[in-house]
Amino acid sequence: MIIPDDYKIIVEIIKEGSSVLDLGCGNGDLLSVLIEKKGIKGQGIEIDEGAIYSCVAKGLNVFHDDLDNGLIDYSDLSFDYIIINQTLQELRNPHVVLKEALRVGIHAIVGFPNFAYWRARFQLFFLGKAPVTPSLPHKWYDTPNLHFLSISDFTDYCSENGIKIKKVYFFPSNLLTTLRPNIFALSAIFLISNK
Amino acid sequence: MNSLRCESVGLVETQYFKLQKQEKFHLALGGQLNYIDIAYETYGKLNNDKSNAILICHALSGNAHVGGYHQGDKKPGWWDAMIGKGRALDTDKYFVICSNVLGGCKGTTGPISINPDTNQPYGLSFPIITIKDMVNVQYQLLKYLGIKKLLSVIGGSMGGMQVLQWMALFPEKILSAIPISTTLKHTAQQIAFNEIGRQAIMADPNWKGGFYYGKSIPAKGLALARMLGHITYMSEKSMEDKFGRQRKGQPYPFRFNADFEVENYLHYKGDKFVERFDANSYLYITKAMDLFDITASGKTLDDIFRRLNAKILVIAFKSDWLYPIHQSKEIVKACKRAGLQTTFCEIASEYGHDAFLLEIEEQSHLISNFLKTVYKENKIKPLL
Repeated sequence: MIIPDDYKIIVEIIKEGSSVLDLGCGNGDLLSVLIEKKGIKGQGIEIDEGAIYSCVAKGLNVFHDDLDNGLIDYSDLSFDYIIINQTLQELRNPHVVLKEALRVGIHAIVGFPNFAYWRARFQLFFLGKAPVTPSLPHKWYDTPNLHFLSISDFTDYCSENGIKIKKVYFFPSNLLTTLRPNIFALSAIFLISNK
Repeated sequence: MNSLRCESVGLVETQYFKLQKQEKFHLALGGQLNYIDIAYETYGKLNNDKSNAILICHALSGNAHVGGYHQGDKKPGWWDAMIGKGRALDTDKYFVICSNVLGGCKGTTGPISINPDTNQPYGLSFPIITIKDMVNVQYQLLKYLGIKKLLSVIGGSMGGMQVLQWMALFPEKILSAIPISTTLKHTAQQIAFNEIGRQAIMADPNWKGGFYYGKSIPAKGLALARMLGHITYMSEKSMEDKFGRQRKGQPYPFRFNADFEVENYLHYKGDKFVERFDANSYLYITKAMDLFDITASGKTLDDIFRRLNAKILVIAFKSDWLYPIHQSKEIVKACKRAGLQTTFCEIASEYGHDAFLLEIEEQSHLISNFLKTVYKENKIKPLL
């Protein structure tokens, strides 16, 4: 399997032997990579039944559940990391899930597509159309995304809610995205915590 | 996986084990049994370090004959499609055990058995039994077979209750557990359905306070209990798909006989059941289900689950309204709180509660992969 760039960053962030809960773990590729490379103790939550079968075939532990209420039963600080990679924008209540993630996990790793990417801005401003970009590839009528946020939006969100941004990574990784991430980055990964 | 040849275990026989008289068996709610016979079947080979044993627990009307064929039978065991070479419970790898529950009528001591002290069937002199007693009897069988630890314990419905009881009673003796379509305890509705079944049996004039052996059996009552049971085992949709409003033969003249196909089916199922099940067993076993509650001993669910170091696979079915999904989610919740490595899958089946016997493909996938992982993680030596 070719490891995607965002997975590489997440592997880099997570410390050896940590406990990890992946919200919206899909077919379990990321958890498998983390188990292989970092010897983590992993748990996934996923809503799609087909994806559950793939996870179980990979030997993963996974809950078939809705993420919007998937964390209630966990006690505080049950995990070292909660991963919310490319799922935040699909949640009904991202605010609740983020709060819960930082209650249940010491850290949260949040990855999402940047709605303020320059091509999205161009399409909206000059063409007057809902943007379709490599990180937001869906048409308005078939998108799973319920929320559209930019890197600046998320940074503001963290400061408004007293969340500490420990690290942030932009994709693709280059000089432009380092200088002006909210214009040039297709997506971002934040490592956040309450303290 | 298609290249793998899948086969039933073929011809099998029920075996019997007698608990010795000096090992008086004390029951959870008081009382004791001086003699217990246990009917069981095994498939596959126990490996040298006895680490590949899997116990299957059966449901209300099940028995020890879970896989393969008995001599002369056309129908295989009740979960045959799951057991055998290349199947979910791969008998090339695992040693599979299933025994008839205490209180049953398929070889293990129950109300129909002869009490050696009186030379009469126990009837209603049989003590009230619980799921815990059933599990304790299974434990005695495993001791006799020399098995100290189970690779897994699996069961659906009342079988799932036994799995939960194993988790509570012998946490150190199981490496994994698979409770399917089950609950931590019955709700008022579940108790109510069982009570109607029991009342149907006891209202039959042939029941005679439970001492009907050697005379006419309470066939009508038991059949009625089974008819009610069948309604609760199916979903509205599976019944509609199977029967709809189809009529059977001439609808007129109208005489309140089996007129619709669904009526005919229920009558047939009821009559068939009477041929193979004892009415008193039905009373005792349904009562054991209603009484089941692993927290009844005063321990909290957290206390019970935190003592476990096992991997758990919880399976439930969307259209099951007798043991609805939220009951399985309660089990999952307890696993989460205890930090157990757990998998939960809600299979989108339309068969209702019966799905655990019918949805073979999905369950095979989940159970075979789950067991492979448990097997690998415990570095169990392969068979010689």
